[in-house]
Amino acid sequence: MLGYIIRRLIGIIPLLFGITVVSFAIIHLAPGEPTAMQELMSPRITYEARARLMELYELDKPLHTRYIRWLSRIIRMDLGTSITDGRRVVDKIVERLPVTLALNILAMFFILVVSIPLGIKAAARPDSLFDKTTTIAVFIGFALPAFWIALLLMQFFSIRLGWLPVSGIKSLDFEYFSWPKKILDLGWHFILPVFVSALGGLAAFSRYVRQNMLSALAQPYIVTAKAKGLSRRDVLYRHAFPNAILPLVTILGLSVPGLLGGSIIFESIFALPGLGQLFYTAVMMRDYNLIMASVILGAVLTMLGNLAADIAYAYADPRIRYR
Amino acid sequence: MKASLIIGVVIITVLSLVAVFAPIISTHDPAEIDRDNLLVAPSRRHLMGTDSLGRDIFSRIVYGARISLSIGIIAVGIATLIGIFLGALAGFYGRWVDSLIMRFVDLMLCFPTFFLILAVVAILEPSIYNIMVIIGLTSWMGTARLIRAEILSLKEREFIQAARAIGASNLRIIIRHLIPNGIGPVIISAILGIAGAILIESALSFLGLGVQPPIPSWGNILIEAKSTLGIAWWLTLYPGLFILITILGFNLVADGLRERFLGQSLNE
Repeated sequence: MLGYIIRRLIGIIPLLFGITVVSFAIIHLAPGEPTAMQELMSPRITYEARARLMELYELDKPLHTRYIRWLSRIIRMDLGTSITDGRRVVDKIVERLPVTLALNILAMFFILVVSIPLGIKAAARPDSLFDKTTTIAVFIGFALPAFWIALLLMQFFSIRLGWLPVSGIKSLDFEYFSWPKKILDLGWHFILPVFVSALGGLAAFSRYVRQNMLSALAQPYIVTAKAKGLSRRDVLYRHAFPNAILPLVTILGLSVPGLLGGSIIFESIFALPGLGQLFYTAVMMRDYNLIMASVILGAVLTMLGNLAADIAYAYADPRIRYR
Repeated sequence: MKASLIIGVVIITVLSLVAVFAPIISTHDPAEIDRDNLLVAPSRRHLMGTDSLGRDIFSRIVYGARISLSIGIIAVGIATLIGIFLGALAGFYGRWVDSLIMRFVDLMLCFPTFFLILAVVAILEPSIYNIMVIIGLTSWMGTARLIRAEILSLKEREFIQAARAIGASNLRIIIRHLIPNGIGPVIISAILGIAGAILIESALSFLGLGVQPPIPSWGNILIEAKSTLGIAWWLTLYPGLFILITILGFNLVADGLRERFLGQSLNE
Protein backbone atom coordinates (compact mmCIF):
# COMPACT_ATOMS: atom_id res chain seq x y z
CA MET A 1 0.00 0.00 0.00
CA LEU A 2 2.75 2.41 1.00
CA GLY A 3 4.60 1.59 -2.19
CA TYR A 4 1.52 2.38 -4.22
CA ILE A 5 1.05 5.75 -2.49
CA ILE A 6 4.70 6.67 -3.04
CA ARG A 7 4.47 5.70 -6.71
CA ARG A 8 1.38 7.84 -7.14
CA LEU A 9 2.98 10.79 -5.33
CA ILE A 10 5.99 10.66 -7.64
CA GLY A 11 3.60 10.47 -10.56
CA ILE A 12 2.05 13.84 -9.76
CA ILE A 13 5.33 15.75 -10.06
CA PRO A 14 5.29 16.01 -13.89
CA LEU A 15 1.59 16.83 -13.68
CA LEU A 16 2.29 19.70 -11.27
CA PHE A 17 4.97 20.97 -13.62
CA GLY A 18 2.53 20.77 -16.53
CA ILE A 19 -0.10 22.68 -14.57
CA THR A 20 2.30 25.59 -14.03
CA VAL A 21 3.30 25.60 -17.71
CA VAL A 22 -0.30 25.70 -18.93
CA SER A 23 -1.33 28.38 -16.43
CA PHE A 24 1.65 30.51 -17.35
CA ALA A 25 1.08 30.02 -21.07
CA ILE A 26 -2.57 31.07 -20.89
CA ILE A 27 -1.75 34.37 -19.29
CA HIS A 28 1.36 35.20 -21.27
CA LEU A 29 0.80 33.92 -24.79
CA ALA A 30 -2.54 35.63 -25.20
CA PRO A 31 -2.71 39.05 -26.78
CA GLY A 32 -3.27 41.88 -24.32
CA GLU A 33 -0.65 42.58 -21.70
CA PRO A 34 -1.20 42.69 -17.97
CA THR A 35 -0.64 46.43 -18.19
CA ALA A 36 -3.65 46.85 -20.47
CA MET A 37 -6.11 47.03 -17.57
CA GLN A 38 -4.27 49.80 -15.77
CA GLU A 39 -4.05 51.68 -19.03
CA LEU A 40 -7.74 51.18 -19.51
CA MET A 41 -8.49 52.57 -16.08
CA SER A 42 -6.22 55.56 -16.50
CA PRO A 43 -5.71 56.25 -20.19
CA ARG A 44 -3.27 59.06 -19.50
CA ILE A 45 -0.79 56.70 -17.87
CA THR A 46 2.70 58.13 -18.32
CA TYR A 47 5.47 56.46 -20.18
CA GLU A 48 7.41 56.13 -16.93
CA ALA A 49 4.50 54.50 -15.12
CA ARG A 50 4.10 52.08 -17.98
CA ALA A 51 7.77 51.24 -17.87
CA ARG A 52 7.48 50.69 -14.12
CA LEU A 53 4.63 48.23 -14.66
CA MET A 54 6.58 46.52 -17.42
CA GLU A 55 9.44 46.07 -15.01
CA LEU A 56 7.17 44.88 -12.20
CA TYR A 57 5.83 42.11 -14.41
CA GLU A 58 9.22 41.70 -16.10
CA LEU A 59 7.54 42.09 -19.46
CA ASP A 60 10.82 43.18 -20.99
CA LYS A 61 12.38 39.74 -20.38
CA PRO A 62 12.03 36.75 -22.74
CA LEU A 63 9.25 34.30 -22.02
CA HIS A 64 11.30 31.37 -20.71
CA THR A 65 13.24 33.62 -18.32
CA ARG A 66 9.98 34.96 -16.99
CA TYR A 67 8.60 31.45 -16.59
CA ILE A 68 11.62 30.18 -14.67
CA ARG A 69 11.61 33.19 -12.34
CA TRP A 70 7.89 32.87 -11.82
CA LEU A 71 8.19 29.14 -11.16
CA SER A 72 10.91 29.63 -8.58
CA ARG A 73 8.69 32.14 -6.81
CA ILE A 74 5.68 29.78 -6.96
CA ILE A 75 7.73 26.99 -5.39
CA ARG A 76 8.49 29.34 -2.50
CA MET A 77 4.72 29.94 -2.25
CA ASP A 78 5.19 33.54 -3.34
CA LEU A 79 2.29 34.12 -5.71
CA GLY A 80 2.82 37.86 -5.97
CA THR A 81 0.44 40.63 -5.00
CA SER A 82 -3.01 41.54 -6.18
CA ILE A 83 -3.30 44.47 -8.59
CA THR A 84 -6.44 45.81 -6.97
CA ASP A 85 -5.31 46.29 -3.36
CA GLY A 86 -1.64 45.32 -3.30
CA ARG A 87 -2.22 42.53 -0.78
CA ARG A 88 -0.46 39.19 -1.07
CA VAL A 89 -2.35 36.73 -3.27
CA VAL A 90 -1.65 33.89 -0.80
CA ASP A 91 -3.34 35.81 2.03
CA LYS A 92 -6.35 36.66 -0.11
CA ILE A 93 -6.80 33.05 -1.13
CA VAL A 94 -6.29 31.56 2.32
CA GLU A 95 -8.95 33.77 3.89
CA ARG A 96 -11.45 32.79 1.17
CA LEU A 97 -10.75 29.07 1.23
CA PRO A 98 -12.92 28.05 4.25
CA VAL A 99 -16.18 29.22 2.66
CA THR A 100 -15.55 27.35 -0.60
CA LEU A 101 -14.41 24.20 1.18
CA ALA A 102 -17.43 24.31 3.50
CA LEU A 103 -19.80 24.83 0.58
CA ASN A 104 -18.35 21.98 -1.48
CA ILE A 105 -17.94 19.51 1.38
CA LEU A 106 -21.50 20.13 2.54
CA ALA A 107 -22.74 19.77 -1.04
CA MET A 108 -20.82 16.52 -1.47
CA PHE A 109 -22.22 15.22 1.82
CA PHE A 110 -25.74 16.18 0.77
CA ILE A 111 -25.28 14.45 -2.61
CA LEU A 112 -24.16 11.20 -0.99
CA VAL A 113 -26.83 11.18 1.71
CA VAL A 114 -29.63 11.66 -0.81
CA SER A 115 -28.40 9.85 -3.92
CA ILE A 116 -27.25 6.57 -2.34
CA PRO A 117 -30.64 5.59 -0.86
CA LEU A 118 -32.34 6.87 -4.01
CA GLY A 119 -30.12 4.77 -6.29
CA ILE A 120 -30.45 1.65 -4.13
CA LYS A 121 -34.21 1.93 -3.99
CA ALA A 122 -34.46 2.40 -7.76
CA ALA A 123 -32.15 -0.58 -8.42
CA ALA A 124 -33.96 -2.83 -5.94
CA ARG A 125 -37.06 -2.77 -8.13
CA PRO A 126 -36.10 -1.87 -11.70
CA ASP A 127 -38.93 -0.52 -13.87
CA SER A 128 -41.14 0.07 -10.84
CA LEU A 129 -43.03 3.34 -10.56
CA PHE A 130 -40.35 4.68 -8.21
CA ASP A 131 -37.59 3.75 -10.65
CA LYS A 132 -39.37 5.38 -13.58
CA THR A 133 -40.07 8.56 -11.62
CA THR A 134 -36.43 8.90 -10.58
CA THR A 135 -35.31 8.27 -14.16
CA ILE A 136 -37.40 11.19 -15.36
CA ALA A 137 -36.23 13.33 -12.43
CA VAL A 138 -32.63 12.50 -13.29
CA PHE A 139 -33.09 13.50 -16.93
CA ILE A 140 -34.53 16.82 -15.86
CA GLY A 141 -31.83 17.20 -13.20
CA PHE A 142 -29.13 16.80 -15.86
CA ALA A 143 -30.73 19.48 -18.00
CA LEU A 144 -31.38 22.06 -15.26
CA PRO A 145 -29.23 25.15 -15.42
CA ALA A 146 -28.37 25.33 -11.72
CA PHE A 147 -27.98 29.11 -11.67
CA TRP A 148 -31.53 29.43 -12.96
CA ILE A 149 -32.82 27.17 -10.18
CA ALA A 150 -30.86 29.34 -7.75
CA LEU A 151 -32.75 32.41 -8.99
CA LEU A 152 -36.12 30.65 -8.83
CA LEU A 153 -35.53 29.35 -5.31
CA MET A 154 -34.31 32.76 -4.16
CA GLN A 155 -37.42 34.31 -5.62
CA PHE A 156 -39.68 31.82 -3.85
CA PHE A 157 -38.07 31.08 -0.48
CA SER A 158 -36.21 34.32 0.17
CA ILE A 159 -38.40 36.99 -1.36
CA ARG A 160 -41.93 35.59 -1.55
CA LEU A 161 -41.89 33.59 1.68
CA GLY A 162 -39.02 35.32 3.46
CA TRP A 163 -37.88 32.05 5.04
CA LEU A 164 -34.29 32.11 3.86
CA PRO A 165 -31.75 34.91 3.46
CA VAL A 166 -31.32 36.35 -0.04
CA SER A 167 -27.54 36.40 -0.02
CA GLY A 168 -24.41 36.72 2.07
CA ILE A 169 -22.96 34.39 4.63
CA LYS A 170 -24.12 35.91 7.92
CA SER A 171 -26.73 38.29 9.30
CA LEU A 172 -25.89 41.94 9.93
CA ASP A 173 -25.95 41.55 13.71
CA PHE A 174 -23.88 38.34 13.57
CA GLU A 175 -21.19 39.71 15.91
CA TYR A 176 -23.66 40.01 18.81
CA PHE A 177 -24.95 36.44 18.54
CA SER A 178 -24.13 33.71 21.03
CA TRP A 179 -22.05 30.76 19.80
CA PRO A 180 -24.86 28.32 18.98
CA LYS A 181 -26.82 31.08 17.30
CA LYS A 182 -23.82 31.96 15.15
CA ILE A 183 -23.62 28.42 13.85
CA LEU A 184 -27.35 28.36 13.19
CA ASP A 185 -27.07 31.65 11.33
CA LEU A 186 -24.27 30.34 9.11
CA GLY A 187 -26.20 27.15 8.43
CA TRP A 188 -29.29 29.17 7.55
CA HIS A 189 -27.31 31.13 4.96
CA PHE A 190 -25.83 27.94 3.52
CA ILE A 191 -29.09 26.06 2.88
CA LEU A 192 -29.83 27.40 -0.61
CA PRO A 193 -26.24 27.51 -1.91
CA VAL A 194 -25.53 23.95 -0.77
CA PHE A 195 -28.78 22.65 -2.23
CA VAL A 196 -28.19 24.33 -5.58
CA SER A 197 -24.55 23.22 -5.87
CA ALA A 198 -25.59 19.66 -5.05
CA LEU A 199 -28.32 19.52 -7.69
CA GLY A 200 -26.24 18.46 -10.70
CA GLY A 201 -24.26 15.90 -8.73
CA LEU A 202 -27.44 14.51 -7.25
CA ALA A 203 -28.73 13.43 -10.65
CA ALA A 204 -25.40 11.95 -11.73
CA PHE A 205 -24.72 10.13 -8.48
CA SER A 206 -28.11 8.52 -8.06
CA ARG A 207 -27.70 7.22 -11.61
CA TYR A 208 -24.25 5.79 -10.86
CA VAL A 209 -25.45 4.15 -7.67
CA ARG A 210 -28.37 2.61 -9.54
CA GLN A 211 -26.18 1.34 -12.37
CA ASN A 212 -23.58 -0.13 -10.05
CA MET A 213 -26.23 -1.74 -7.88
CA LEU A 214 -27.85 -3.30 -10.93
CA SER A 215 -24.58 -4.78 -12.17
CA ALA A 216 -23.72 -6.00 -8.66
CA LEU A 217 -27.15 -7.60 -8.33
CA ALA A 218 -26.58 -9.51 -11.57
CA GLN A 219 -23.51 -11.30 -10.16
CA PRO A 220 -23.57 -15.02 -9.30
CA TYR A 221 -22.76 -14.41 -5.62
CA ILE A 222 -26.09 -12.64 -5.28
CA VAL A 223 -27.83 -15.80 -6.50
CA THR A 224 -25.85 -17.74 -3.88
CA ALA A 225 -26.84 -15.29 -1.17
CA LYS A 226 -30.47 -15.54 -2.18
CA ALA A 227 -30.28 -19.34 -2.47
CA LYS A 228 -29.00 -19.75 1.05
CA GLY A 229 -32.08 -17.91 2.23
CA LEU A 230 -30.77 -14.48 3.18
CA SER A 231 -33.33 -11.73 3.56
CA ARG A 232 -33.79 -9.15 0.81
CA ARG A 233 -32.31 -6.55 3.10
CA ASP A 234 -29.14 -8.56 3.71
CA VAL A 235 -28.71 -9.31 0.02
CA LEU A 236 -29.08 -5.64 -0.89
CA TYR A 237 -27.06 -4.04 1.87
CA ARG A 238 -24.51 -6.68 2.93
CA HIS A 239 -23.70 -8.24 -0.44
CA ALA A 240 -24.55 -5.92 -3.32
CA PHE A 241 -24.06 -2.49 -1.74
CA PRO A 242 -20.36 -2.72 -0.70
CA ASN A 243 -19.40 -3.76 -4.22
CA ALA A 244 -21.61 -1.16 -5.84
CA ILE A 245 -20.24 1.64 -3.72
CA LEU A 246 -16.59 1.07 -4.63
CA PRO A 247 -16.51 2.72 -8.08
CA LEU A 248 -18.30 5.67 -6.52
CA VAL A 249 -15.05 6.70 -4.84
CA THR A 250 -13.55 7.43 -8.24
CA ILE A 251 -16.57 9.42 -9.33
CA LEU A 252 -16.34 11.40 -6.12
CA GLY A 253 -12.79 12.38 -7.03
CA LEU A 254 -13.82 13.22 -10.59
CA SER A 255 -16.59 15.54 -9.42
CA VAL A 256 -14.16 18.01 -7.82
CA PRO A 257 -13.63 20.20 -10.92
CA GLY A 258 -17.38 20.48 -11.50
CA LEU A 259 -18.02 21.53 -7.93
CA LEU A 260 -15.20 24.09 -8.07
CA GLY A 261 -16.53 25.52 -11.32
CA GLY A 262 -19.97 25.67 -9.75
CA SER A 263 -18.65 27.67 -6.81
CA ILE A 264 -17.77 30.50 -9.15
CA ILE A 265 -21.40 30.78 -10.22
CA PHE A 266 -23.10 30.12 -6.89
CA GLU A 267 -20.78 32.24 -4.77
CA SER A 268 -21.40 35.16 -7.05
CA ILE A 269 -25.19 34.62 -7.07
CA PHE A 270 -25.43 34.24 -3.30
CA ALA A 271 -22.64 36.76 -2.53
CA LEU A 272 -20.63 34.22 -0.54
CA PRO A 273 -17.08 35.43 0.16
CA GLY A 274 -15.32 32.31 -1.15
CA LEU A 275 -12.66 31.41 -3.66
CA GLY A 276 -15.09 31.35 -6.58
CA GLN A 277 -16.17 34.92 -5.94
CA LEU A 278 -12.54 35.99 -5.52
CA PHE A 279 -11.66 34.39 -8.86
CA TYR A 280 -14.66 36.00 -10.54
CA THR A 281 -13.71 39.50 -9.36
CA ALA A 282 -10.10 38.80 -10.37
CA VAL A 283 -11.31 37.97 -13.88
CA MET A 284 -13.43 41.12 -14.02
CA MET A 285 -10.48 43.26 -12.83
CA ARG A 286 -7.89 41.36 -14.88
CA ASP A 287 -5.91 40.75 -11.74
CA TYR A 288 -3.38 38.47 -13.40
CA ASN A 289 -1.51 37.20 -10.35
CA LEU A 290 -4.76 36.29 -8.68
CA ILE A 291 -6.11 34.60 -11.83
CA MET A 292 -2.98 32.49 -12.26
CA ALA A 293 -2.96 31.51 -8.61
CA SER A 294 -6.65 30.52 -8.72
CA VAL A 295 -6.24 28.47 -11.89
CA ILE A 296 -3.27 26.65 -10.38
CA LEU A 297 -5.13 26.08 -7.12
CA GLY A 298 -8.18 24.76 -8.98
CA ALA A 299 -6.01 22.33 -10.93
CA VAL A 300 -4.07 21.21 -7.86
CA LEU A 301 -7.28 20.63 -5.90
CA THR A 302 -8.66 18.58 -8.80
CA MET A 303 -5.46 16.56 -8.99
CA LEU A 304 -5.49 15.94 -5.24
CA GLY A 305 -9.14 14.90 -5.47
CA ASN A 306 -8.24 12.28 -8.10
CA LEU A 307 -5.23 11.16 -6.10
CA ALA A 308 -7.27 10.75 -2.93
CA ALA A 309 -9.91 8.80 -4.85
CA ASP A 310 -7.28 6.49 -6.39
CA ILE A 311 -5.64 5.84 -3.02
CA ALA A 312 -8.99 5.20 -1.37
CA TYR A 313 -9.86 2.80 -4.18
CA ALA A 314 -6.56 0.98 -3.87
CA TYR A 315 -7.08 0.75 -0.12
CA ALA A 316 -10.51 -0.79 -0.61
CA ASP A 317 -9.60 -3.02 -3.55
CA PRO A 318 -6.13 -4.63 -3.18
CA ARG A 319 -6.06 -5.76 -6.84
CA ILE A 320 -5.39 -2.17 -7.90
CA ARG A 321 -2.17 -1.83 -5.90
CA TYR A 322 -0.27 -4.49 -7.80
CA ARG A 323 -0.88 -3.29 -11.30
CA MET B 1 -38.11 4.12 -31.78
CA LYS B 2 -38.40 5.09 -28.18
CA ALA B 3 -40.72 7.94 -27.24
CA SER B 4 -37.89 9.88 -25.57
CA LEU B 5 -35.83 9.90 -28.77
CA ILE B 6 -38.81 11.24 -30.72
CA ILE B 7 -39.46 13.93 -28.12
CA GLY B 8 -35.79 14.93 -28.28
CA VAL B 9 -35.79 15.12 -32.07
CA VAL B 10 -38.98 17.20 -32.04
CA ILE B 11 -37.53 19.62 -29.48
CA ILE B 12 -34.34 20.13 -31.49
CA THR B 13 -36.20 20.47 -34.78
CA VAL B 14 -38.58 23.08 -33.39
CA LEU B 15 -35.72 25.04 -31.81
CA SER B 16 -33.72 24.96 -35.03
CA LEU B 17 -36.72 26.24 -36.95
CA VAL B 18 -37.17 29.01 -34.37
CA ALA B 19 -33.51 29.95 -34.79
CA VAL B 20 -33.66 29.93 -38.60
CA PHE B 21 -36.93 31.84 -38.85
CA ALA B 22 -36.26 34.20 -35.94
CA PRO B 23 -37.05 37.36 -37.98
CA ILE B 24 -40.47 35.95 -38.92
CA ILE B 25 -41.39 34.49 -35.55
CA SER B 26 -40.33 37.40 -33.35
CA THR B 27 -42.97 40.04 -32.69
CA HIS B 28 -40.58 42.94 -32.06
CA ASP B 29 -37.05 44.02 -32.85
CA PRO B 30 -35.04 42.30 -30.09
CA ALA B 31 -32.91 45.39 -29.48
CA GLU B 32 -35.73 47.93 -29.71
CA ILE B 33 -35.94 50.04 -26.57
CA ASP B 34 -39.44 51.13 -25.59
CA ARG B 35 -39.48 53.59 -22.69
CA ASP B 36 -43.25 53.49 -22.33
CA ASN B 37 -43.29 49.77 -21.64
CA LEU B 38 -40.64 49.06 -19.00
CA LEU B 39 -40.91 45.75 -17.13
CA VAL B 40 -44.37 44.99 -18.50
CA ALA B 41 -45.82 41.64 -17.47
CA PRO B 42 -46.63 39.11 -20.22
CA SER B 43 -49.61 40.21 -22.30
CA ARG B 44 -50.89 39.74 -25.83
CA ARG B 45 -48.62 42.52 -27.06
CA HIS B 46 -45.56 41.24 -25.22
CA LEU B 47 -45.93 37.46 -24.99
CA MET B 48 -43.23 37.09 -22.36
CA GLY B 49 -43.17 40.62 -20.99
CA THR B 50 -40.44 43.23 -21.34
CA ASP B 51 -37.19 44.01 -19.53
CA SER B 52 -36.14 47.21 -17.77
CA LEU B 53 -35.38 48.86 -21.12
CA GLY B 54 -38.75 47.86 -22.55
CA ARG B 55 -37.26 45.25 -24.89
CA ASP B 56 -39.57 42.38 -25.80
CA ILE B 57 -38.44 39.21 -24.00
CA PHE B 58 -40.11 36.81 -26.44
CA SER B 59 -38.24 38.32 -29.39
CA ARG B 60 -34.99 38.33 -27.44
CA ILE B 61 -35.44 34.65 -26.59
CA VAL B 62 -36.23 33.78 -30.22
CA TYR B 63 -33.07 35.54 -31.41
CA GLY B 64 -31.19 34.08 -28.44
CA ALA B 65 -31.90 30.62 -29.87
CA ARG B 66 -29.71 31.53 -32.84
CA ILE B 67 -26.84 32.56 -30.60
CA SER B 68 -27.09 29.62 -28.21
CA LEU B 69 -27.45 26.94 -30.88
CA SER B 70 -24.69 28.30 -33.08
CA ILE B 71 -22.30 28.63 -30.14
CA GLY B 72 -23.14 25.09 -29.05
CA ILE B 73 -22.69 23.57 -32.50
CA ILE B 74 -19.54 25.42 -33.51
CA ALA B 75 -17.83 24.99 -30.12
CA VAL B 76 -18.50 21.26 -30.26
CA GLY B 77 -17.37 21.16 -33.89
CA ILE B 78 -14.02 22.63 -32.87
CA ALA B 79 -13.69 20.29 -29.88
CA THR B 80 -14.60 17.24 -31.95
CA LEU B 81 -12.08 18.03 -34.69
CA ILE B 82 -9.28 18.53 -32.17
CA GLY B 83 -10.33 15.42 -30.27
CA ILE B 84 -10.50 13.23 -33.37
CA PHE B 85 -7.15 14.48 -34.63
CA LEU B 86 -5.23 13.96 -31.38
CA GLY B 87 -7.11 10.80 -30.41
CA ALA B 88 -6.52 9.21 -33.83
CA LEU B 89 -2.82 10.04 -33.72
CA ALA B 90 -2.49 8.60 -30.23
CA GLY B 91 -4.47 5.46 -30.99
CA PHE B 92 -2.85 4.72 -34.34
CA TYR B 93 0.80 5.45 -33.69
CA GLY B 94 0.93 4.31 -30.06
CA ARG B 95 4.25 4.36 -28.19
CA TRP B 96 5.62 7.81 -27.38
CA VAL B 97 3.08 9.65 -29.53
CA ASP B 98 0.34 7.98 -27.52
CA SER B 99 1.88 8.63 -24.12
CA LEU B 100 2.69 12.24 -25.01
CA ILE B 101 -0.85 13.00 -26.17
CA MET B 102 -2.56 11.11 -23.38
CA ARG B 103 -0.40 12.77 -20.70
CA PHE B 104 -1.47 16.09 -22.21
CA VAL B 105 -5.11 14.97 -22.00
CA ASP B 106 -4.61 14.04 -18.33
CA LEU B 107 -3.04 17.42 -17.72
CA MET B 108 -5.89 19.33 -19.38
CA LEU B 109 -8.42 17.30 -17.40
CA CYS B 110 -6.81 18.59 -14.19
CA PHE B 111 -8.11 22.07 -14.87
CA PRO B 112 -11.69 22.74 -13.88
CA THR B 113 -13.11 23.70 -17.31
CA PHE B 114 -14.90 26.72 -15.98
CA PHE B 115 -11.72 28.08 -14.34
CA LEU B 116 -9.83 27.66 -17.59
CA ILE B 117 -12.55 29.33 -19.65
CA LEU B 118 -12.84 32.27 -17.26
CA ALA B 119 -9.08 32.79 -17.22
CA VAL B 120 -8.98 32.94 -21.01
CA VAL B 121 -12.03 35.22 -21.15
CA ALA B 122 -10.19 37.59 -18.82
CA ILE B 123 -7.51 38.01 -21.49
CA LEU B 124 -9.52 37.95 -24.68
CA GLU B 125 -12.54 40.19 -24.96
CA PRO B 126 -15.75 38.23 -24.46
CA SER B 127 -17.42 37.95 -27.86
CA ILE B 128 -19.50 35.27 -29.54
CA TYR B 129 -16.55 34.05 -31.61
CA ASN B 130 -14.13 33.98 -28.70
CA ILE B 131 -16.65 32.04 -26.61
CA MET B 132 -17.04 29.42 -29.35
CA VAL B 133 -13.30 28.97 -29.70
CA ILE B 134 -12.62 28.94 -25.96
CA ILE B 135 -15.29 26.35 -25.20
CA GLY B 136 -14.01 24.27 -28.12
CA LEU B 137 -10.40 24.45 -27.00
CA THR B 138 -11.25 23.37 -23.45
CA SER B 139 -13.60 20.46 -24.11
CA TRP B 140 -11.95 18.11 -26.62
CA MET B 141 -10.40 15.71 -24.10
CA GLY B 142 -13.32 13.31 -23.82
CA THR B 143 -13.53 12.95 -27.61
CA ALA B 144 -9.81 12.25 -27.86
CA ARG B 145 -10.09 9.45 -25.30
CA LEU B 146 -13.12 7.96 -27.05
CA ILE B 147 -11.66 7.88 -30.56
CA ARG B 148 -8.33 6.58 -29.24
CA ALA B 149 -10.05 3.67 -27.53
CA GLU B 150 -12.05 2.90 -30.69
CA ILE B 151 -8.97 2.96 -32.91
CA LEU B 152 -6.95 0.83 -30.49
CA SER B 153 -9.48 -1.96 -30.84
CA LEU B 154 -10.16 -1.42 -34.56
CA LYS B 155 -6.60 -1.33 -35.82
CA GLU B 156 -5.97 -5.01 -35.01
CA ARG B 157 -8.97 -6.11 -37.07
CA GLU B 158 -8.67 -7.95 -40.38
CA PHE B 159 -10.06 -5.26 -42.65
CA ILE B 160 -7.24 -2.97 -41.57
CA GLN B 161 -4.69 -5.68 -42.39
CA ALA B 162 -6.42 -6.09 -45.74
CA ALA B 163 -6.22 -2.36 -46.40
CA ARG B 164 -2.55 -2.41 -45.52
CA ALA B 165 -1.97 -5.44 -47.77
CA ILE B 166 -3.33 -3.63 -50.80
CA GLY B 167 -0.91 -0.83 -50.04
CA ALA B 168 -3.06 1.85 -48.40
CA SER B 169 -1.04 4.57 -46.69
CA ASN B 170 -1.31 5.23 -42.95
CA LEU B 171 -3.18 8.45 -43.60
CA ARG B 172 -5.70 6.68 -45.82
CA ILE B 173 -6.19 3.89 -43.28
CA ILE B 174 -6.84 6.42 -40.53
CA ILE B 175 -9.15 8.68 -42.50
CA ARG B 176 -11.01 6.16 -44.67
CA HIS B 177 -11.12 3.08 -42.45
CA LEU B 178 -10.48 3.80 -38.79
CA ILE B 179 -12.24 7.10 -38.10
CA PRO B 180 -15.50 6.28 -39.98
CA ASN B 181 -15.77 2.98 -38.10
CA GLY B 182 -15.08 4.48 -34.71
CA ILE B 183 -17.12 7.63 -35.09
CA GLY B 184 -20.38 6.36 -33.51
CA PRO B 185 -19.62 7.06 -29.85
CA VAL B 186 -18.01 10.35 -30.87
CA ILE B 187 -21.19 11.58 -32.54
CA ILE B 188 -23.23 10.73 -29.47
CA SER B 189 -20.80 12.46 -27.15
CA ALA B 190 -20.80 15.45 -29.51
CA ILE B 191 -24.59 15.75 -29.19
CA LEU B 192 -24.23 15.65 -25.40
CA GLY B 193 -21.41 18.15 -25.81
CA ILE B 194 -23.71 20.64 -27.57
CA ALA B 195 -25.96 20.60 -24.52
CA GLY B 196 -22.94 21.13 -22.29
CA ALA B 197 -21.62 23.99 -24.42
CA ILE B 198 -25.01 25.74 -24.39
CA LEU B 199 -25.08 25.42 -20.60
CA ILE B 200 -21.55 26.85 -20.31
CA GLU B 201 -22.38 29.71 -22.66
CA SER B 202 -25.50 30.61 -20.71
CA ALA B 203 -23.61 30.52 -17.40
CA LEU B 204 -20.82 32.67 -18.88
CA SER B 205 -23.31 35.17 -20.28
CA PHE B 206 -25.14 35.18 -16.96
CA LEU B 207 -21.87 36.14 -15.24
CA GLY B 208 -21.44 38.95 -17.78
CA LEU B 209 -18.44 37.22 -19.38
CA GLY B 210 -20.17 35.70 -22.39
CA VAL B 211 -22.38 37.19 -25.06
CA GLN B 212 -22.59 40.92 -24.44
CA PRO B 213 -25.84 42.91 -24.61
CA PRO B 214 -27.49 44.21 -26.74
CA ILE B 215 -26.95 40.87 -28.53
CA PRO B 216 -29.56 38.65 -26.89
CA SER B 217 -28.60 35.34 -25.31
CA TRP B 218 -30.59 33.22 -22.89
CA GLY B 219 -27.88 33.68 -20.30
CA ASN B 220 -27.64 37.44 -20.50
CA ILE B 221 -31.41 37.96 -20.22
CA LEU B 222 -31.03 36.27 -16.84
CA ILE B 223 -28.50 38.90 -15.68
CA GLU B 224 -31.35 41.33 -15.35
CA ALA B 225 -33.54 38.68 -13.75
CA LYS B 226 -31.23 38.80 -10.75
CA SER B 227 -31.65 42.52 -10.15
CA THR B 228 -35.42 42.39 -10.65
CA LEU B 229 -35.95 39.37 -8.42
CA GLY B 230 -39.38 39.59 -6.85
CA ILE B 231 -40.48 42.28 -9.31
CA ALA B 232 -40.43 40.66 -12.73
CA TRP B 233 -40.78 36.88 -12.55
CA TRP B 234 -41.07 36.60 -16.35
CA LEU B 235 -37.47 37.69 -16.74
CA THR B 236 -36.36 34.67 -14.71
CA LEU B 237 -38.82 32.05 -15.82
CA TYR B 238 -38.76 32.06 -19.61
CA PRO B 239 -35.05 32.16 -20.53
CA GLY B 240 -34.27 29.41 -18.02
CA LEU B 241 -37.13 27.30 -19.32
CA PHE B 242 -35.70 27.54 -22.83
CA ILE B 243 -32.24 26.50 -21.63
CA LEU B 244 -33.78 23.57 -19.77
CA ILE B 245 -35.84 22.37 -22.73
CA THR B 246 -32.94 22.71 -25.18
CA ILE B 247 -30.55 20.75 -23.02
CA LEU B 248 -33.20 18.15 -22.33
CA GLY B 249 -33.74 17.80 -26.10
CA PHE B 250 -30.06 17.15 -26.88
CA ASN B 251 -29.69 14.79 -23.91
CA LEU B 252 -32.75 12.79 -24.96
CA VAL B 253 -31.48 12.43 -28.52
CA ALA B 254 -28.01 11.39 -27.36
CA ASP B 255 -29.44 8.84 -24.96
CA GLY B 256 -31.88 7.51 -27.55
CA LEU B 257 -29.14 7.11 -30.17
CA ARG B 258 -26.85 5.44 -27.67
CA GLU B 259 -29.50 2.94 -26.77
CA ARG B 260 -30.32 2.25 -30.39
CA PHE B 261 -26.83 1.95 -31.81
CA LEU B 262 -24.58 1.08 -28.92
CA GLY B 263 -27.11 -0.91 -26.92
CA GLN B 264 -26.65 0.97 -23.69
CA SER B 265 -28.38 3.95 -22.22
CA LEU B 266 -28.32 6.09 -19.15
CA ASN B 267 -30.74 3.61 -17.67
CA GLU B 268 -28.64 0.49 -17.97
